[in-house]
Amino acid sequence: MAPLPLHTAGPYVAAAYIVFVALILLYVAIMAGKLSRIERELGELTELAQRTRGPGDGQDAL
Amino acid sequence: MSAPPTRTVLAALLRKDLRVELRSFESVPAMALFSVTTFVLFHFGLRQDSLTGDLASGVLWVTLLFASVLGINRLFVADAEQGGFDGFLLSPADRSTLLLAKALALLAYLVVLELVAVPAFALLLLEPSIGPALPGLLVVLALADIGVAVIGTLVGALAVRTRARDLLGPLLSLPMLVPVVLGAARATEPLFATHAGALPLRWLAILALYDLVFALIAFALFDFLLED
Amino acid sequence: MYGKRLRGLALSTFVALTLTLVLVLFWAPNDAYLGFLQKIFYIHVPLAIVTLCGFIAGGVMAIQHLRTRDPRWDMRSYVAIHISLVFGVAVLITGSIWAKGAWGHWWVWDEPTLVSFLLIMLLYATYQPLRFAIEDPERQARSASVFAIVAGVFVPINFAIVRLSTAYVHPRTLSNISGNLPGRMQVVFYLALVSVALLWVTLWRYEMTSKHASAQLRALKRLLGGDEDEAPARRSAAPSVTHLGGVR
Repeated sequence: MAPLPLHTAGPYVAAAYIVFVALILLYVAIMAGKLSRIERELGELTELAQRTRGPGDGQDAL
Repeated sequence: MSAPPTRTVLAALLRKDLRVELRSFESVPAMALFSVTTFVLFHFGLRQDSLTGDLASGVLWVTLLFASVLGINRLFVADAEQGGFDGFLLSPADRSTLLLAKALALLAYLVVLELVAVPAFALLLLEPSIGPALPGLLVVLALADIGVAVIGTLVGALAVRTRARDLLGPLLSLPMLVPVVLGAARATEPLFATHAGALPLRWLAILALYDLVFALIAFALFDFLLED
Repeated sequence: MYGKRLRGLALSTFVALTLTLVLVLFWAPNDAYLGFLQKIFYIHVPLAIVTLCGFIAGGVMAIQHLRTRDPRWDMRSYVAIHISLVFGVAVLITGSIWAKGAWGHWWVWDEPTLVSFLLIMLLYATYQPLRFAIEDPERQARSASVFAIVAGVFVPINFAIVRLSTAYVHPRTLSNISGNLPGRMQVVFYLALVSVALLWVTLWRYEMTSKHASAQLRALKRLLGGDEDEAPARRSAAPSVTHLGGVR
């Protein structure tokens, strides 16, 4: 099997490395989505905590 | 109350499964019929009257594999649906006995399957006469059956208490059974050749090793599958 | 806490990977026999090795889960297998690209790496459906662990068997290449291997951190909100985060 010249082999090698990077980035993007959901829920909870512990209503929040 | 001797428990369990099968004919007839029908399908699909060598080998083992999967699916179903698991767990018997009993039952079904399928294969599709191939073939069948029985029991126990058990059973067992099919097919290739060759011992050793490893693993892990 | 070492890990991974890429493109010599195409091996083979080790690691973590009944080990096992699945997809795609470049076909059956990989991926593809199909979280975790162990044992055995079956048919290009590497290539190869391994560990920690944070969030919600905030438990393929433990 004779070695492929650079201009033919080049795109293949590039494609392989690009696929690799793309998959990692895709994974990071999905995880980023989860992270923002966590951030949002954390915000909601902070709000909830401030409400229940807030202007004293005498109730034992916990 | 001490546990009854393993032999007694094993015999009792095995007798129960075989008796149920004899009365309901759930698995074995379907497996046997399936294999014969598949041979007919192969004849039409491949457009060949008779096969030799690696083609014959492949057709035989793939068909046996798919027929076995039918049996694997049904292996634990009755126990799961009718509370057999709980009954067994309440008894003082050693849990790995259930594993052994189920594996032996599956082995029995496979033997009956092959009693039908192999002659059908020889009759319908195989070109060289099966006579000289028979002793070697029996050895390979034995080793392959043990492999299917071990993996089938493990997978059956894993899949039976899931929701999509009819799908998961084959999905789980087929990749794990590929080495068995591979080993068995390679082993019987020279047997089915036009000028019959010798049985390759290497593949027999591989099959035996595979069976041993997964039998040990199944033995070690089975307890965890039975708990609830 | 999983996030503590994450930054350092991510940084080293970045450095290692970048260095590897640079060396692959500018320092490693062109293979006399295979030409420029050979450079795919620097990413394909390390990915393959790390994926297989990842699956085996998932099996080992599953053993720990069965031994200690600690649901954290189940989570670790799940994440390990999940990450390895992603890497495995990369292995198959890069292997396919190489096959197309070298042989003209998108798939070749005589490369034992690719074939045994396909088989292993088909097996592990059933991991999440299996989990999803079992509702009770404890039973789900236990069945998943049994599967992870059996599959983990299957990985090396399957690899060996497929290799044996193709040995005498065609020359095993991939394995031959990674076996006898001259000086510079060897350096780059091992660097690539270390980089990909670092990447795996980083992503594992990354996902563990995220799952752990979700678990703590869930616990916090229960603590603060009481019963009305408890959403009806949805069926999920991932291990139950509620078991991971509460606010520390």
